Order: sequence, then structure tokens, then C-alpha cells
Amino acid sequence: MGEVILELAGVRYRYPGVDRDAVAGVTLHIRRGELVGIVGPNGSGKTTLLRLLVGVLRASAGCVTVVGKPVGEWNRRELARIIGVVPQREEPVFPLTVEETVFLGRYAHMGALAAPRRADRAAVKSALERCDVVEFTDRRISTLSGGEWQRVRVARALAQEPQALILDEPTANLDIRHEMEVFELVSDLVHRDGIAGVVVTHHVNLVARFVDRMVVMNDGRTEASGTPGEVITREVLERVFGWPVEVDMWRGVPQFVPLKSGESRPIHRDD
Amino acid sequence: MRWLALAMLAVAAVVAGVALGPADIGWSESVRGLLGMGDETVVAIVRQLRAPRVLLAFLVGGCLAVTGATLQALVRNPLADPYLLGLSGGAGVGAVLAIALHVGGAWAVPTAAFVGALVAIGLVYRLALVVGAGVDPRVLLLAGVVVSAFGGAILGAIFSLSSAAELQNAMMWLLGGFDAASWRVLGIFSSYAALPVAYLYYTNRPLDLLSLGEEPAQFLGTDVHRLKLRLYVSASLLTAACVAVSGIIGFVGLVVPHAVRMVLGHTHRTLLPAAFLLGGTLLTAADVVARTAFAPRQLPVGVVTALVGVPVFALLLRRWAK
Repeated sequence: MGEVILELAGVRYRYPGVDRDAVAGVTLHIRRGELVGIVGPNGSGKTTLLRLLVGVLRASAGCVTVVGKPVGEWNRRELARIIGVVPQREEPVFPLTVEETVFLGRYAHMGALAAPRRADRAAVKSALERCDVVEFTDRRISTLSGGEWQRVRVARALAQEPQALILDEPTANLDIRHEMEVFELVSDLVHRDGIAGVVVTHHVNLVARFVDRMVVMNDGRTEASGTPGEVITREVLERVFGWPVEVDMWRGVPQFVPLKSGESRPIHRDD
Repeated sequence: MRWLALAMLAVAAVVAGVALGPADIGWSESVRGLLGMGDETVVAIVRQLRAPRVLLAFLVGGCLAVTGATLQALVRNPLADPYLLGLSGGAGVGAVLAIALHVGGAWAVPTAAFVGALVAIGLVYRLALVVGAGVDPRVLLLAGVVVSAFGGAILGAIFSLSSAAELQNAMMWLLGGFDAASWRVLGIFSSYAALPVAYLYYTNRPLDLLSLGEEPAQFLGTDVHRLKLRLYVSASLLTAACVAVSGIIGFVGLVVPHAVRMVLGHTHRTLLPAAFLLGGTLLTAADVVARTAFAPRQLPVGVVTALVGVPVFALLLRRWAK
């Protein structure tokens, strides 16, 4: 098993002026070469958990550890060399080119005024290739489609040469093909290049087919955690999402279908 | 090639600035005068009046453009500039207060202007936060306009309460102009402006990151809170230095960065120095127009930049809305 890159131990966080913990005691570790999917209803604390992992928020209790050191002991520059993040939302004001955008991933590696070194150029080139965006290197990001823009953002995170990659809703607003492309890319990066990967998503079925482990969050807590087979069960999903579902196996991976109101459960062969 | 064109434009503007003016001196005479040759009056006009004036106009124009470019990335709104965000207005109030209260010394006015600018940007930020938890760039701009209007009202009050002669001077100065230019003023301006300009260039990459948004900028390795604070202080210092020596000059900070972006792209590594050159060039040219268009009478240079800047601003709005 790979080295633990990211670790949360009993982590709690409460936003100022709110009377409820957004994250209420979560323990979790993510190893090198392992892809972990985090799912859960809206407001269950997924994005807050990511912010804690990256040290943008400071845990009110518990400990967040990044490569063996408390997250607060790294500065932002050092963290950016360890963790690449593809945030959920991003609205660039100015239309940089794709290449300029990916170069921003090198910020934490570069001197303030120094020109890019060979290592920087190489990292950008390989990130562009890896994410299959080489062909539009010179295009302005304002002209990209949703799927292309998402790949460019993954490329930017990759240019950071991180040991961990964190993606928040990477396939929101993407059509099926682009959705699949993003997941295949991320899975490949994690499993082939040995990066630790975390994906937060609403696509429970999809993520179940790509990840090694899943965490189901509810009300700031981990409701279930384990392999997709252990986690995606009718009880867990119905409890967490508050909606009747039916779970079935598809090529060894559990997949669920939410039932329409009044729809009866089909009778299973093995029931 | 584009840089060469920019540099040549800059040189042309500076030469024109020295050669043209209410006193009809002529190009070759001006150059001779600059070198200390020829008629004594010409030498005095060129060396003591025009040269520092042209240099000051150039530096102020450059600083306003750099400040505008910085603020646009900082507040994530391509229509931001020191004038629209209320920084200039705040600096103006600070400076006029210092003058009205007879706080002595050439250094007092820029310092008071700096305090005024900081108070203004603080107010703008506070106002923008009233609307919601996060700062909406559009609301921020609106707050800037509101704070500017408030500053205008305070200035109106100061003017109406002070004696007529002072009022005339302060009004003219506030509309923007380089009548007070001298080598000494140039020295004072440079000592206020050099450090913030250097700092802004030093932060060219973080500025790129900031234009993506605060959270992405953090993820990519900037300490956003510290960076923003320093940028606001630098922008306030620069605006204050400009206002203290030349009054309120609008639209240079807005229009110039956009022009540069269209030609040279959006990375601040090229944007900032190019904006400095173009801003300097344009303000120097505007000052020539201000001095010569209705000679021997002078227009305030702020009037010239507004007359040119407002239509250009309207065009930018159209582009931006698309």
C-alpha cells in the first residue's frame, strides 16, 4: 500500500455564526495511488472537507496532516507543490491563453521575477499532453467548451506536479462524453502515475466505477466508508439521501436507481 | 516589435511635450535649450518648466495605468480603476483637507492623500460587504462611485467654507494638472511611487492568479489575504502620490490597461510595464493638448482625459457586455 499523503483525524469545523458543525468529526486517509470518491447530499460538508484538506480552512478540532506534517505548518506555496486542486467554481476575469493558464500551475515552483526554467516548461508540456489539450495551447480560455476548460484546469493542477489531486465536482455541467473523459483521465493519473486522488461528486454511480474507496457524507459526518461494494447499499443511500432507491450490481460494481414515487421494488432473483 | 512601437511612442510624446507649449519655441530650439544652449529664457522654460512637467506627466500616467491594471485583477472587475473605485476621490479629500488646514510641508499633502485613499477603499469595501457575505465585484464598483460622490460632497463643503482665492487654486488643482511641476515635486513623487511600482511588478504572477479568483489563487500557492492587503496599500500609495502632485485624473487607469490587453495579452508580466509606458505616453500627450489647445489659457489635464476617456469607456462597456 502506498504512503499516506492526506489524513484527517477527528476533524471538526464550524463556520462563524452558524450553530452547527459543517464537518463534525471526520477521520479519513488517502494514500498514494488511491482514488477516493466523496459523495453525499447538498450541504453534507463535502466542499468544507476539501477546504480543510487543503488548509484554506483551519479545523476547529482534530488534525489535518499533509505528508506527515500538520497542514498549518506548510505555507501556501509548499502546499501548492504537494496538492493540486481543481475547484468547483472558477470565473476568470481575463481570457488568458490555455498555455498561460496551465503555466499558472507552476507559480509555486517559480521565482517571483525569474523566467520559466526548463523544468517548468517540461511540466507544462507534459500536463498539456496528459490532458490532451495540446491542440489548443494558444486558444483563449474564453473560447473553450465546458469539457475543454475542465481538462485545462486538470492540466493546470497537474503542472503543479502534485502528490495529491483534489477535484470538486469536476463533471458538473458536462455531457456524458466529457464526464467520462474527465473520470478516465483522473483515474489514469491516480492509478498509473501514483498520485493520491480525491473526487467530490454527485455522480454516485459514475464515481463508484472509478474509485478504490468511497466516503458517504451526511450532516458533516462520514455515514459510510469503504469500497463501492461496501458503501453503495440501499440502507445507506436511502438514509443519506432520504429517497427510496434500488441497488443492483453491474459488472461487479453496485449501481443505484432512484425510484419514482409509488414505484414498487422489483423482485430480485436472489431475494 | 510591439515594445519598440510603444517605446517610440513614449519618446515621441516626451519630445513633443518639451517642444510644444504656450511659448512658441520650436523643436530645434527646444532641444538646444534642453542641452543648455541658446537663449537663457528658452533654457529656463525648457529645463525648469517643461522638462520636469513632461516627466511628471509621464510618471503619473504610468503609475495611474499600473494602478488601474492592478485594481482590475484585485477586485476582479475589468472596469475598475483608481478613479471609479473611489481611491482618487478619497486621496483628493485627504489632500484638500491637508491644504485647507494648512498642514505644512511638501510631504504632508501626499501623506494625507494616502490616508484619504486608504479610508476610501476601506469604506468601499465595507459598503460592498453590506450586500452579502462575499464581495461582488460589480457592487464594489458601485460602492466606489458612491464613496466618490461622498468625497465630492466633502470637497464641496470644504470649498464653500474656505476663502475665494484658495478655492480657485484648489479647484483647478483638483481637476487635474501639472502646473505645479518642478524638479522638487518630481523628486517627492518618485520617492512615494518607486516602491509600490516595484512591488506591483514583483507580484505580477500572483496578480495573474488573483484574476482567477481568491480560492484558486490560494490553491495555486499565494497567501491571498496578505497579498490583497499589500496590493490595496500599494494602489492607495500610488493613487495618493498621483493625486497629491496632479489632482484627480480619471480614465487613464481604466482605458490604458484595456488597450494593452487587446494587443499584448493578459499576463501581468507584460501588461504592467506596457501599461506604464502607454499610460505615460497618453498622459504626456493629454498634457500637451491641455497646454496648447486654448493657449494661452490652459485646460486642466483631467478634463482632457475625461473628454477622451468617457467615450472610450462607453466602447469598453459595449465590448465587456458582449
